[in-house]
Amino acid sequence: MSCTGHSAEPPGDKAATDAVFTSLLEDSAEDLYESAPCGYLSTLLDGTIAKINDTLLTWLGRSREDVVGRMRFADLLTVGGRLYHETHFAPLLRMQGQVSGIAFEVKAAGGSRLPVLVTSTVKTGGDGQPLLIRTTVFDASERRSYEKELLRRQKAAEEARAQAEADRERLQEALSVLQQSLLPAALPEVPGLEAASHYHTASLDRLGGDFYDLFRIDGKRWAFFLGDVCGKGPQAAAVTSLTRYTLRAAALHDPDPVAALTTLNAVLHERYTGGDPRYCTAIFGVLEPAGDAFTVHLASGGHPPALLVRADGRADYLSTPGGLLIGVLPTASFTAARTVLEPGDTLLLYTDGLTEARIGESRDLYGDRALLDFAAAHPDMGPHGLVSALRGLLDGFGEGLDDDTALLALGVPASTTPPGVTN
Amino acid sequence: MDILRRNNVTVSGREGSPVIMLAHGFGCDQNMWRLTVPALAEDHRVVRFDYVGSGRSDLSAWNEERYASLEGYARDVVEICDELDLRDVVFVGHSVSAMIGVLAAADAPSRFSSLVMVGPSPRYIDDEDYRGGFSADDIDELLDSLESNYLGWSAAMAPVIMGNPDRPGLGEELTASFCATDPDIARVFARTTFLTDSRDDLGKVAVPTLVLECSEDVIAPREVGAYVHAAIPGSRLVTLDATGHCPQLSAPEATATEILTFVRALR
Repeated sequence: MSCTGHSAEPPGDKAATDAVFTSLLEDSAEDLYESAPCGYLSTLLDGTIAKINDTLLTWLGRSREDVVGRMRFADLLTVGGRLYHETHFAPLLRMQGQVSGIAFEVKAAGGSRLPVLVTSTVKTGGDGQPLLIRTTVFDASERRSYEKELLRRQKAAEEARAQAEADRERLQEALSVLQQSLLPAALPEVPGLEAASHYHTASLDRLGGDFYDLFRIDGKRWAFFLGDVCGKGPQAAAVTSLTRYTLRAAALHDPDPVAALTTLNAVLHERYTGGDPRYCTAIFGVLEPAGDAFTVHLASGGHPPALLVRADGRADYLSTPGGLLIGVLPTASFTAARTVLEPGDTLLLYTDGLTEARIGESRDLYGDRALLDFAAAHPDMGPHGLVSALRGLLDGFGEGLDDDTALLALGVPASTTPPGVTN
Repeated sequence: MDILRRNNVTVSGREGSPVIMLAHGFGCDQNMWRLTVPALAEDHRVVRFDYVGSGRSDLSAWNEERYASLEGYARDVVEICDELDLRDVVFVGHSVSAMIGVLAAADAPSRFSSLVMVGPSPRYIDDEDYRGGFSADDIDELLDSLESNYLGWSAAMAPVIMGNPDRPGLGEELTASFCATDPDIARVFARTTFLTDSRDDLGKVAVPTLVLECSEDVIAPREVGAYVHAAIPGSRLVTLDATGHCPQLSAPEATATEILTFVRALR
């Protein structure tokens, strides 16, 4: 059984279809040429117009007598279009035998302009010699206004992008100046002590919240601090600024580390009470020379413990348990610790950008243990050597390091090494 | 930097014979000369090249500052001559290259023996009594045309083409679009070509010069050819029976013949 369900056409419909076809067949080639919905013209090789259809003559507002044998194709174009014709269109046509879809504007007799798309081919004789050029011309008014709109938008987008880039550069410059103002331009020279620091900026677009400082308190004592304000951006920078100058002032008033952090706690809590609590973690300490060594008295408020690397390569955290975040509660207790830096010993302060960097494919935290091992594996380097090695470590983290990181290393040079200080 | 690669320099013809250097103008590239090369190469060394930014030159060597003045293009010419250590070069410059040749010959006189200026114009825009044939608005219209017609140039293809000048198979694609250029680069070349006033440079010409014009050329009308001829004392003016701005394409035999006649008369 056949499954193709042909139904016979009613005889009346077939007759109507035939009538339509018949009228189509009567559309002569000549009439199609003259009244086609596009312009046709044929020119000699030098561009002189030899034949042109009614459609194009209508568009041009000209009579056949005005045009044939009297004008060249290029004469129909705007002057700019003529330049383009001579420098691009004609050479391409000559070399390739055809050019398609070129946008021009043709000038009508009344002075109006019609955007068109032009395609030309060279007709050759039996011997391959070029005889004449055949050209079709399409009305492209709609297409051109669409393209102009696209070009306009592209230009607008390019300008916006350039503006955005310039704005971003200005912002980055402002941010970097501001960021620098939150850190010492250079560490001071402390007689008998070597100090080194490093600040890694995670993003050029955002102010980091890490900070550190080293400064003189009186004739023999020096204070140092390093910390981390919660958050990033301008608000964090404002807290950082307040923190830095509060600790500096507090140290001059009473250099006891717990007293300095207590003052900072009171200031931050008072300033940021209400809907926008801001706090930080910090280690604050005082250095005092004792022969060729330095005594260190420090206190921590919620900050990762300092790391001590001894001359013999032992590495240990200087534990300060129980210190609270600074600025959260109206009163807070902070834990103090003491140690002595003998020649060859180095004390490292750091922010958690280092220990909380993500490593490897598992994206595990780098961690306190790894840092301890790293320090133990790099003994005898002094503050500069240690900071330099840690910079290499930070670089190696690549994208795993997504937070700002501050490092401050303080050490007494081994007795043979002359003291030196750099930032 | 490899200058020969940068400017896609091609050398043909008899080794050891006198050198004719063919320089293309604004618009297309060295392929413009293709129809004249066989005749010229019979008893000459023929050097062709693309200016940086045109044809198959190294687009990465392009910078707006250098190529926004004709001196930048003249440096291309002199650097190619230095690289090949060319002497007594007959420099044939089409259109804007005619003026570029004037600058190059003034800059490195030891390299050039004579100039052939094909369809030259030292200034395209009318200025008081001077008739260059164009207004500043006309040039803006040309820039619009450049913007509307990419001629097969695409940002995606360009690096592939430019990076592989020797790769077979790319050749055909390139001939099919030898007028295609990065529109941003073309705009700079167009502005440099049509907005520069080089009339004062014509006085620098110190070598025998042939001015070769077409009988009907909208870009370089005969008035302008006469101006150039008058401004270069001792120059020879020949008017080819040809229509359009590119006689090397529309009348290649006559163009080659006139060049050779001029060159042979010098010896």
